[in-house]
Amino acid sequence: MKALVCVKRVIDYNVKIRVKSDKSGVETDNVKMSMNPFDEIAVEEAIRLKEKNQIQEVVILSIGTDKSQETIRSGLAMGGDRGILVKTEKDQLEPLTVGKIIKSVSDKEKPDLIILGKQAIDDDCNQTGQIVATLLEFPQATFASELKKNNDNTLEVTREVDGGLETVKINIPCVVTTDLRLNEPRYASLPNIMKAKQKKIDVLEIGSFDIDIKDRLQILEVNEPPERKPGIKVDDVDSLVEKLKNEAKVL
Amino acid sequence: MKVLVIIEHDNETVKQSSFSTISAAKEISDSIEAIVLGQGIDSVINELKKSDHLKKIYKIDNELFQNPLAENLSKAIHKFTEGSDYTHILSPSSTFGKNMSPKLSALMDVQQISDITKIISDDTFERPIYAGNAIAKVKSNDPIKIITVRPTCFEPCALNSSVDVESLETNLDKNNLISFVSYDKSKSDRPELTSAKIVISGGRGMQNGENFRLLEGIADKLGAAMGASRAAVDAGFVPNDWQVGQTGKIVAPDLYIAVGISGAIQHIAGIKDSKFIACINKDEEAPIFNFSDYGLVGDLFELLPKLEEKL
Repeated sequence: MKALVCVKRVIDYNVKIRVKSDKSGVETDNVKMSMNPFDEIAVEEAIRLKEKNQIQEVVILSIGTDKSQETIRSGLAMGGDRGILVKTEKDQLEPLTVGKIIKSVSDKEKPDLIILGKQAIDDDCNQTGQIVATLLEFPQATFASELKKNNDNTLEVTREVDGGLETVKINIPCVVTTDLRLNEPRYASLPNIMKAKQKKIDVLEIGSFDIDIKDRLQILEVNEPPERKPGIKVDDVDSLVEKLKNEAKVL
Repeated sequence: MKVLVIIEHDNETVKQSSFSTISAAKEISDSIEAIVLGQGIDSVINELKKSDHLKKIYKIDNELFQNPLAENLSKAIHKFTEGSDYTHILSPSSTFGKNMSPKLSALMDVQQISDITKIISDDTFERPIYAGNAIAKVKSNDPIKIITVRPTCFEPCALNSSVDVESLETNLDKNNLISFVSYDKSKSDRPELTSAKIVISGGRGMQNGENFRLLEGIADKLGAAMGASRAAVDAGFVPNDWQVGQTGKIVAPDLYIAVGISGAIQHIAGIKDSKFIACINKDEEAPIFNFSDYGLVGDLFELLPKLEEKL
């Protein structure tokens, strides 16, 4: 079995987001970038399946500028076997376009499992996995918190849905998107980081795909969220309860 | 302009998120129709019929839709909309909508607009990005807009009407690549984190998992959901699914109470839409005080029992 793990380079989750003064987007210059945390969980899950001998090869795919090679490398340092970068000029493509590119890569690579984060923490779209599954006509299990491979070429996946957990059985090949509870990603060890430098990353130009990458959505402006009104400090529990009851009226 | 609202339900009742989505639709057009797919959904229809703003309800009652498998739902809805004149298709941005709607958008070759919080015009919307740390105003150039709506941003519609219902058949083949196994409803008597009116969360300051009992008593009295910061989850105090923050659950309750939480950026990102935030922390320099409407400086181990007693 082969896994295709799709990873995105995003602003590190610990960085304070700053909106650009011209409102065109958020500041990404000189900002720490990392692998989208949900995609990291996807890499970890694929590697665990490989360690259980349920998967033979883990391929890490990213779509973005040359810098996304770093993101692929960190997946390789965790234990991925090889990488594919679909190189673009633009930093961001829309999920529908990304879905079409992943489909096209998948047509060539023929993975049994496509696994990726349920959403990226930059645009928060939560679409790509579902789009890929639809275009490939693979079954999908989104928001996975547990994954088990059965002997009959199916996966049993527990999904985090509102109000509880849903379990579905899906035939392989399939698409899984990961939620937080699925696992805790490992840290890459120094020897593995060194080893990852020798692993192969194929670079494909976006132009070699017959896909229209024009955006359908136009970002008119990006603003700071409304500020919260400055609050007050209260002296004791009594005044806290009094304020919550009589001023905020939430108790 | 004609809007189709996809109704979320559990074959028994209509989810509140659906009524909020109808309210969002009303800001786009007066011509709104709804579609309900399920099995044995008479009670759902009877409830939905009362919705204000709806011109018509289409109902497809079939065993294919006994469970909300996105493969079946998206195909059936796509078939239903073929040749129709809908300009907008709205679903709630719940796990139901998030799972299904992007599939519909792929079938129709439309770039979905996820999780809108405000409607500016029929083609322009606001949506939070970076977990609400920035708000993007986006204009869609697709001929049909496929949208998921953040339910907490739109008041549910009133229920004073009696809407016409039309039953439809489906000849969709069952998708054999996926099957439903089970649904385990959360056993907790507490409300869900993401829909609770009050949430109380603990951070690293709780020191260990055992001490979360101090929050439990308060949560019981307030009917609150319980959460935690990433630091508390990483330290193993409480399970992962309690995590509130950018990479955990995004919450927007009427009252959020942060106890022993310093207020890291990624935590704030998950709570900033709360109506009121109160915090208890012994470090008066902790960033959480800058985001709190009411801050109480002190030792949580002394203050929490007092708070429980006063409620």
